[in-house]
Amino acid sequence: MDILGHLNYWVVVFLMMTGFYVVIASGNLVKKVVGLNLFQASVFILYISMGVVTGGEPPILRDGTDVYSNPLPHVLILTAIVVGVATTALGLALAIRIKEAYGSLEEDEIHLKETEGLNDTSNHSGESAGGIDG
Amino acid sequence: MINNPVLRVIAKIMIPLILLFALYVQFHGDYGPGGGFQAGVIFAAALVLYAMVFGIEAAERVIPAKVLKVLIATGVLIYGGVGVYTLLLGSDFLDYNTLAHDPVHGQHLGIFLVELGVGITVAAVMISIFLAFAGRGARR
Amino acid sequence: MIDEQLSVLAVVAPLLAAPLCVLMPRARWSWLLALVASVACFAISVRLFVLVQSDGMIVTPLGGWAAPWGIEYRVDPVNSLVMLIVSGISSVCLLSARLSINKEIDSSRQPLFYTAWLLCLSGLIGMTVTGDAFNLFVFLEISSLSSYVLIAMGRDRRALTASFQYLVMGTIGATFIIIGVGFLYLATGSLNMADIAVRLPDTIATRTMESALAFLTVGMGLKIAMFPLHLWLPNAYAYAPSVVSAFIAATATKVALYALIRFLFTIFGYQFSFVEMPLSAILAVLAVAAVLVASTVAIFERDIKRMLAYSSVAQIGYMLLGIAIASQAGVTASIAHIFNHALMKGALFLALACVVYQIGSVMRDDLTGLSRRMPWTFGAFTIASLSLIGMPLTAGFTSKWLLVQAALAAGWWMIALLVLIGSLLAVVYIWRVIEIMIRPPAENAPRQEAPLSLLAPAWILALANIYFGIFTGINIGSAKAAAIWLLGGVS
Repeated sequence: MDILGHLNYWVVVFLMMTGFYVVIASGNLVKKVVGLNLFQASVFILYISMGVVTGGEPPILRDGTDVYSNPLPHVLILTAIVVGVATTALGLALAIRIKEAYGSLEEDEIHLKETEGLNDTSNHSGESAGGIDG
Repeated sequence: MINNPVLRVIAKIMIPLILLFALYVQFHGDYGPGGGFQAGVIFAAALVLYAMVFGIEAAERVIPAKVLKVLIATGVLIYGGVGVYTLLLGSDFLDYNTLAHDPVHGQHLGIFLVELGVGITVAAVMISIFLAFAGRGARR
Repeated sequence: MIDEQLSVLAVVAPLLAAPLCVLMPRARWSWLLALVASVACFAISVRLFVLVQSDGMIVTPLGGWAAPWGIEYRVDPVNSLVMLIVSGISSVCLLSARLSINKEIDSSRQPLFYTAWLLCLSGLIGMTVTGDAFNLFVFLEISSLSSYVLIAMGRDRRALTASFQYLVMGTIGATFIIIGVGFLYLATGSLNMADIAVRLPDTIATRTMESALAFLTVGMGLKIAMFPLHLWLPNAYAYAPSVVSAFIAATATKVALYALIRFLFTIFGYQFSFVEMPLSAILAVLAVAAVLVASTVAIFERDIKRMLAYSSVAQIGYMLLGIAIASQAGVTASIAHIFNHALMKGALFLALACVVYQIGSVMRDDLTGLSRRMPWTFGAFTIASLSLIGMPLTAGFTSKWLLVQAALAAGWWMIALLVLIGSLLAVVYIWRVIEIMIRPPAENAPRQEAPLSLLAPAWILALANIYFGIFTGINIGSAKAAAIWLLGGVS
């Protein structure tokens, strides 16, 4: 079996699992967002590497070449990257608001405060909008 | 950082170049690699550099949050507006062919307007994300 | 001419109203604009529904590019029904939004709230009408990102953690979906759903397709809140602003479920999904587990919004069960339940919005004597609850009846029995709430009925529950047509 022939898939799988592991195992909210980013980035590579055509030129129209790489996956991934940026920004904005509301970014500490304050009626409305909702 | 003369001088030289490059990427997008997304991000990078060297307040004076909000909305409206306009002309949504007498000109005009909308929104969104995060840190 | 472009307008109307909402100087204007856009979207959906019922599928290409290259919107008997629900529920919820949101969100942030709402609506409608697999992902993310924002605007600080948790799980789900779509594209070279379906038989029996199906099912499962993947849902529904709970509970998971149906039946086809792959057994087990476990948890929940959220997980179990049966009767029951569940959960959460507005709490113990303090709200809540349990003459009964029949016809009598047990559990958790509500109130408790603009929307949906329980032409009739459309030759 030609293992290196599928190098791009190995890279994708490695990145994906690393990201997934960080999301699951890390208790820190910011690290979770970073893990999520890595997880998404692996899919970007999956798409981009599938657009390669052996011997293909960059898909810009010019004379002397008629084999082009497939530009469509790149365009799709441009969209997915934008979605990824929006997700990251929103995730970090939420992390900031959570830090302000709970005074911590660690999941277990937040959870502790949530269960403590179960009968706590304090109204948290936030002083102003955070991140991109502001 | 505000008092570091090297940074100030270099930033003053770099920022116009970055802005110019952003405009090049924006308007050359019809012929070569480029387009609204990339140009918007490069444009935003210039303002982020400005904010980092000269301070958040200075950057907010250059582009107040209110203006950014309007710009974000404007970009989307330009994009959607082109689409609705083509619908009104009787063709498909975002079918640029009918924008001008000649389909080739129509395609040029259509992609120009749409990418302009994308560029404006992306630049404004990136700047406001940066200012929202950095501004929060600076105020406390 | 205009009829062909209606599906585009349904997406564009809320999409363009959203940036205008930001620019509105007054919160009230942006509410009005959002309402107008949503009602316009509903009117378009009604028109499309009628057109599809009479003339069949409507295909709209975008940007003047023909189908396999360009994106096209397709409205057929399945998604015209889903569109109708989404835009209808959004309009009704927006009716009650003004007062409820005035109380729960600062006026400076309200324009942004309505913007996020419109974007969410636009994303959901886009997901239903699009005929392009990648475009579906984009709309899915538009709706998801805006729903994270909507949920985070809840008053309680736990809304923030709920939203964050939803963001993490939702993003993983969406990423799984693009992986699945990527595999489909790798194997077929096309992103157009109809085109993929045509090309797929050449490559269907490969491991690529099997993993594509697995990724898509798990990804959609996260968005649907399929049983073990439902962890984000209870908190998200419980701490979101009241009207947002109603809107999201009645639409978001339904649209994701529609997308799953679309992938399983239109793209992969009945043969591959249910005969060659063991999806029937997997979905059936998860569905029954959802019904039993979530209903049991709901019984012990003191926060009524959380209780209803767990009940949603259970109800989603019923819908998945219909898909798992994979017969025409099963899919009919599933689609009809999508419709009916939207009505009952919408009514229940809007009734709770009245309660939050007047009393400020939805803990079970605070609602003693609600039947006398807020009789009209109590009435709407009770009707919707009966529908949730599945009382005859309510909408909830019709789809559950179909589901039991479908299970029996497939020879799954054990499952049919478990559905009935699930309904009994629903009786228990609903009764525990109603019982507290009809206790005599404390001596000094005033009569504090909610204002009309909050009551009316709740009652519209409550009455719809009765209407569609008696006149089943629209929900059951068109669900049947949709199932025939999806399954074609398979009986």
